[in-house]
Amino acid sequence: MINNTVKAAGLVAALAIALILVVALSPGLSERIGQGVALVASSPFEGGFALTDQTGKPVNDRDYRGRFMLVFFGYTFCPDVCPTTLTVLAGALDRLDPATAAKIVPIFVTLDPERDTPAVMRQYVSAFSPAIVGLTGSSDDIAKVKKNYRVYSVKVEGSAPDLYTIDHSALLYLIGPDGRFRATLDPGHSAEGLALALTRSVQ
Amino acid sequence: MKRFAVAVGALALGLAALPALAADIEISGSFLRPPVVDGGNGAAFFTITNHGPADRLIAAAAPAARAVELHTHLRDGDVMRMRKVDSIAVPEQGRVELKPGGDHVMLFGLDPAAVVPGARLPLTLTFEQAGAIQIEVPVATLPGPISKPGAHGDQ
Repeated sequence: MINNTVKAAGLVAALAIALILVVALSPGLSERIGQGVALVASSPFEGGFALTDQTGKPVNDRDYRGRFMLVFFGYTFCPDVCPTTLTVLAGALDRLDPATAAKIVPIFVTLDPERDTPAVMRQYVSAFSPAIVGLTGSSDDIAKVKKNYRVYSVKVEGSAPDLYTIDHSALLYLIGPDGRFRATLDPGHSAEGLALALTRSVQ
Repeated sequence: MKRFAVAVGALALGLAALPALAADIEISGSFLRPPVVDGGNGAAFFTITNHGPADRLIAAAAPAARAVELHTHLRDGDVMRMRKVDSIAVPEQGRVELKPGGDHVMLFGLDPAAVVPGARLPLTLTFEQAGAIQIEVPVATLPGPISKPGAHGDQ
């Protein structure tokens, strides 16, 4: 009787261990777990993207894990807001102590992928700071990033088909070393102010 | 190198302080934020001082641009909307400042040769009352000035 109980308990334990092993090793289940992770990654609070940098190299947000990403959206034909923001950003980066600056990857993402090829992006970001990464991609790629970051932008027609401008969100998005959204920063007009805000944010 | 660029920019702005006068309208402190990429868009900024009756800036023209428009910026939450306006009012005995983040003369598709650092871009401004005024706008060094030096300090 006691023997039978012990045998039954042993059988239950063995079945449980077998079940755990099956669950852990099952490709189907790990795929589902993988999908779960992917779903989290595509939520608005994750800074996910898969784009092309200014050298033509495919990059994604995981390439920058371990550092903060400071992401700004705009377009290279932008005459005022984008250059002002990137000037403030470049000035702020210059003012950071090297240890703080090393923690931050500044990233400029175009909202005008039709015109902003990697070569155009290279010319653009290098005018402000060699530290800034310029990202472009297909219209679909850019649409996905916009959705992830909840960025608003809309094309405004000009006097000729190629003379359009783009209304867009003008905030900086700070993404943590874990890839999770941390804060939006209003760049303002002061490099000193932004440098101070960044120093505090990445401690 | 960067300091040198800033010094050149400051020098360009110093030259820009020479005012252009026609009738009652005086234009001062002009500078052009050039496009960063070839054939891109630029913006011209300046201060209009009116020594006479109320007037309006109604047009701008530059041979080096494919199109020129008067623009303003509207801030809508965190979105900046740049919009064409028909005119920019200049009050009687008043002063209007076109500055980054606000009103500006938008220059589409600028000829790269016309906007090299140190160049001066010919720009014709047409006022309803005062008529046409020719100015030469110094091309600022990139990264361009955030605001005109001494205008508001570094807020």
